[in-house]
Amino acid sequence: MTMLNGNKSVGAAIAERMPTPDSGHAPRWVKSLLARPSIGMLVILLLLIAVFSILKPDAFLGSYNFRSIALSASVIGVAAVGQTFVLGTGGIDLSVGSVLVFGTVVSARVMAGMGGVSAGWGAVGVGVVVCVVASAFWGLVNGLLVTYLRVPALIATLGSLGMALGAAQIVSNGLDIRSVPAIMTNDIGYENVAGIPLLVVIALVVALLAGFVLWQTTYGVHTKSIGSNPEGALRSGIPVRRHLISIYVLSGALAGVAGAMSLAEFSTTTIGGHTGDNLTTIAGAVLGGTSLFGGVATVFGTIVGILVPVTLQSGFVIVGVQPFWQTFAVGAVLVVAVFVDQLRRGSQNRR
Amino acid sequence: MTAPVQDSTATVVVEARQIRKAFGHVEALRGVDFKARAGEVTALIGDNGAGKSSLVKILSGVYTADGGELLINGTPARPSSPQDIRAYGIETVYQDLALSGDLTPYENVFLGREKRLGGILGLLRVVDRRTMRAETAEIFDSLNVRVKDHKGRVATLSGGQQQSVAIARAAMWASHMVIMDEPTAALGVAQTKSVLELIRRVAERGIGVVLISHNMPDVLAVADSIQVLRLGKRVASFRRGEAEVADLVRAMTSGDAPEEQS
Repeated sequence: MTMLNGNKSVGAAIAERMPTPDSGHAPRWVKSLLARPSIGMLVILLLLIAVFSILKPDAFLGSYNFRSIALSASVIGVAAVGQTFVLGTGGIDLSVGSVLVFGTVVSARVMAGMGGVSAGWGAVGVGVVVCVVASAFWGLVNGLLVTYLRVPALIATLGSLGMALGAAQIVSNGLDIRSVPAIMTNDIGYENVAGIPLLVVIALVVALLAGFVLWQTTYGVHTKSIGSNPEGALRSGIPVRRHLISIYVLSGALAGVAGAMSLAEFSTTTIGGHTGDNLTTIAGAVLGGTSLFGGVATVFGTIVGILVPVTLQSGFVIVGVQPFWQTFAVGAVLVVAVFVDQLRRGSQNRR
Repeated sequence: MTAPVQDSTATVVVEARQIRKAFGHVEALRGVDFKARAGEVTALIGDNGAGKSSLVKILSGVYTADGGELLINGTPARPSSPQDIRAYGIETVYQDLALSGDLTPYENVFLGREKRLGGILGLLRVVDRRTMRAETAEIFDSLNVRVKDHKGRVATLSGGQQQSVAIARAAMWASHMVIMDEPTAALGVAQTKSVLELIRRVAERGIGVVLISHNMPDVLAVADSIQVLRLGKRVASFRRGEAEVADLVRAMTSGDAPEEQS
């Protein structure tokens, strides 16, 4: 019967007709791996770390290397948390990278006007707020396009990807703004809390809060119900439009938080540096077990999923493999992860 | 609970009087009367285009009637949305079930009406899973609904179990009436039997059940009252045991059966 499979993909439809692997004889731990992709990906991550550690123990195992892995994962991880919510509703946000750039550019302009490099905490506070609000604005645009104008999320966010990037280049004349207040870099970007970089702590706090919201609150349940069956959610009295708008605003705002973190880390805007962010965040979320088709979303999985490409990158550099292989490997792993997700859903959803 | 009521003395929970509804030039309902009583299964049957789904959509708040009167528990009501009608204690089990396949049975039962923890966590909209699970187990037990995995995704359940979850959800929240649209249309023989038994148990809780079905044997097996629509009007009304399949078909197609007061 076709009850709950209204929005399945062609791949899912094929998977249902494929003989599913005989899981009856598989060991219990294999089954539980299939059932919980975030744990499966965690095992893969630990295996990667083990392999690189064995190959180059001195270089890879050092605390410097772990710090740099964690720092690289932090900025993109915060954006990926927002992406996780969007994917959970069955949507997609391709605009995160451009929105992040737009937020940083507007923020950097404002802080430049308030004193630039020598500006004080007041300017930094205003700059961070501006960065988050300017980015959330594009989230609002996405949300309104998706709900009221019924533009598919793929196209709506592709459109705002272009618009936000273009707007960022207009605001900055296409040149990176380097006059970020020095205290922002020194007291946030380089700061440590109990030996852990402050930026990593911020990312962890964001992830913990978001994970709790998704896992234990009505907001999270409604997010997954919309991704599962939007019509059913509507009939259950969930304000679907309002919820979807809030989801895209959240994704934009978190891109803004990531942008502010990036300003603190690099003390400059990075207009050209975020073209791949949308795919990286989507890949991270999907690797961790969030479904590309909505209904299933896990922030914990996303954090694990984001760490996989970052670890690969670092490991390849240290081992001496051309780092371009990282892009290749992530692409391949992503396809495999989606395939496994399809198999899992195909064997679970009764017909 | 008491045995199914054979006479017509049970309280009328929902009554429609001379309901009219037109879509442009098409008159879908031309003065329909309809009654559903507490503790009874009332079947609503009719050929395609007879006005069944229009009437059901008015009863479940999707459409607003152009004319006529809707009485819920004796009081005139003018619901303007499905949310509105739910406040009157009327729940609908849609043909496509409207379940969220990725959520658990208890999350589905409480969807949009989640229990929250007390205190500050409740203000932060933290859900009370323990209470929701317990209350879901309670309603499932009282209706004899068996689900293989209370913490698993609903999509992994069989069609009959999914149907049972949807019906139990409606029974949990309905204080007056549950409307079921073709609940057995997609099910096999064994599953149909258990869903029909479930429908009776829902009625035995003392609420009215309105059953829309194409399946005459199912209707005869489970309904206390059968009301037949044809061309936007009620053309016949039978009590349990008064009609056979041939009578129903004749009423549906030619509409010459005598209109009785039910």
